[in-house]
Amino acid sequence: MFRTDSRWWGSCALALCLIVASTQAQAQLRVEVTGVGSNQLPIAVARFQVEGQAPQEVDEIIRADLVRSGVFRLVDTGNTPVAESARVDLNDWKTKGADAVVVGSVSRLADGRFDVRFRLYDAVKQQQIDGLSYVSSVAELRLNSHRIADRIYEKLTGVRGVFATRIAYVVQLGKTSFELQIADADGANAQTALRSREPIMSPSWAPDGVRLAYVSFETAKPVVYIHTLTTGERKAIANFRGSNSAPAWSPDGKVLAVALTRDGPTSIYTMNADGSGLKRLTNSGAIDTEPHFAADGKAIYFTSDRGGGPQIYRMDLGGGNVQRVTFNGDYNVTPRLSPDGRTLVYVARRSGKFQVQALDLGSGQEVALTDTVLDESPSFAPNGRLLLYATEVNGRGVLASASTDARVRTRLTGPNGDVREPTWGPFIK
Amino acid sequence: MNHRTKMQHLFIATAAIALLAGCASTPLDESKTAPVADKSAPAAPMPPPAPDTRAVQRVETAPQPVDPLSDPNSTLAKRSVFFEFDRFDVRSEFQPLVEAHGRYLASAKQRHIVIEGNADERGSREYNLALGQKRADAVKSRLTLLGATDGQIETISYGEERPRANGHDEASWAQNRRADIVYK
Repeated sequence: MFRTDSRWWGSCALALCLIVASTQAQAQLRVEVTGVGSNQLPIAVARFQVEGQAPQEVDEIIRADLVRSGVFRLVDTGNTPVAESARVDLNDWKTKGADAVVVGSVSRLADGRFDVRFRLYDAVKQQQIDGLSYVSSVAELRLNSHRIADRIYEKLTGVRGVFATRIAYVVQLGKTSFELQIADADGANAQTALRSREPIMSPSWAPDGVRLAYVSFETAKPVVYIHTLTTGERKAIANFRGSNSAPAWSPDGKVLAVALTRDGPTSIYTMNADGSGLKRLTNSGAIDTEPHFAADGKAIYFTSDRGGGPQIYRMDLGGGNVQRVTFNGDYNVTPRLSPDGRTLVYVARRSGKFQVQALDLGSGQEVALTDTVLDESPSFAPNGRLLLYATEVNGRGVLASASTDARVRTRLTGPNGDVREPTWGPFIK
Repeated sequence: MNHRTKMQHLFIATAAIALLAGCASTPLDESKTAPVADKSAPAAPMPPPAPDTRAVQRVETAPQPVDPLSDPNSTLAKRSVFFEFDRFDVRSEFQPLVEAHGRYLASAKQRHIVIEGNADERGSREYNLALGQKRADAVKSRLTLLGATDGQIETISYGEERPRANGHDEASWAQNRRADIVYK
C-alpha cells in the first residue's frame, strides 16, 4: 500500500500509483480517504529508526492505518528518525500540536528476523502509555505493523483496533473470470483463494477467521460451499435442487443459515456447519432471504417481500415471533447488525438511490451513511466503528468504507476489474 | 447451250429429290405387294414409339415439416420476457409470447426448457437472485396453465450475475430484468 500521509498526496500520488501498478503482480486495492471526521486526535508518528534493510516501512503502515480510521490527524514529524530508546521532548511535540507521539525502531537480528519496538506517549499528560517489542519474521512485518497501530488505536480511543483483521471480496476480471480474494484490512497483501469462470457471491467469514462460506455458480447453479483458506479444502454444504445461497454463520460458528428454493419459493433454513440437521425456518410463500444472525445468536434478521416489497424482518432462531423492522421506503435489503446489537444497517432505495442506511434500534432514527448511489453488501468491522460496502464509481465496482457516524469515508479501488461483495473478517487472537 | 444447261439442272434436282426420298423412306418389303387399299378399311396399328431417353422431367422436393421453433417469423422465436423493477408479474404485452410457448410445449411433450431468471444490478445480489427465481417461476406457472407439464420446465436464477447489457442506465437495466426461455 502507499502512504496516505498528506505530504505524499498530490503530485506523488500518481507516480506512486504507477509504481505500485507496475511492480506488484497481485491485484492490490488502493485506499483513498474521501471524507474526514471533525474531532480528530492529532498524533505524531515519527520516522522509525531502521537498522538493516527492512522490506516494509513499519511507520508508514502505522500512519496509513491511523489516518484511514478517520479518528486521527497526522502531525508533521519531518524526516529525522526517532529511535524507540530516544529521550522524547513531549513539550516540544505538544508545541507542534501533537496530543500523542509514537516513536520506534526496527533492527535486524542475527537470524534474519526483525525486532520492532515502539513507544506511545501522551503529550498532554506527559507520560508513556504503551511500549512493546515484536520479534518478526520478514513475512510478519506488515501484520505486526498493523498490530502496533491496533494498540495505539485502542490505547487512545478505548476501542479495539481492526487494522490486523482481514477482508474478503469478489473481483470480476472478465466476462468469465471471477476471483475470491483475501486481503489485509487496508486492501494490501491481496491473495486469491478461489478462481472461477462462473460468478462467486456472498462470501461470509466463519468466526474462526480461517473458513469462508460463499455461493459459487461453477456447476451452472448457485451452490453454497465452505472453504478452508489455509488448506484450500472445499465442501459443497448446500447443494439441493434449485438455488442455494445467502450463507450466514451463527456467532459460535456451529450453525449456518442459508436461503434455498428446494421446497418452493426462496426460504430460510439452518443447518449444522457439517451439513447435517437441515431445518426450515420460514414458509411465507414470498421471498425470504439474506439471513443474518444477531451477535447473541438468538435472533435472525432477514429480507422478505411478504408485505409486497422487500423489507427487513427479525425472527427467533426457531422461526417464530416474526417482526417487521424497517418501515421507511419501499425497498430495504441486506440487514447487518452492529457487534453491540444497537444499530442495524441495510441498503435502502430512497428517491432512486441505493444507499446504506443505519437504523438506531433504540430510537428508531435512520441515517444515510454514504454519498454513493448504487450501494450493496454492507459489512461491519468487528469493532463496529467502520462499515465496508460495495458501490459503483464511474461505472466500475469499487469497495468503500464509511464510519458509523457517517463522517469518514474511504474508497478502495483495484487496478482492474469490478470489486464487490466485501465482508470484513473477525478479530483473530 | 442454255437449254442443255436447263436440262442438266433439272436432272440434278430430280436426282437430289430421289436421293432425299430414298434416305427418308422405310425400305419396302418387295415380296409383298401392298394390297390395294380399301380406302375405308382401318389402317394397320403403328408400332409403339421408342422410349425418349433424353426427356427431362421436372421434380420439386416436398416441403419438409418445419419446426416452428426454428421459424424466425414465429412468435416462438421470441424467448425473453421483460419485467419492471422489483416486479415479477408477466406484463400483458408478453402474453402472446408466453401463450405460443405454452401451446408449443403442450403439443411437443418431448421438448424441455430451462427458464433463466435475471435481475438488474441495483439492490442486493441475494435479493436479486431470489427475484430472478420468482420471475422464472412466474413464466413457468403461465406455461403450465397453457398445458406444458411440470417435468418439461426447469427454472433457475442468475440474479444480477449475468447481465445482457453492461451499461449502468435504465436502458441496460430494462434489458437485464428478464426471464429467458432456453430450449434444450
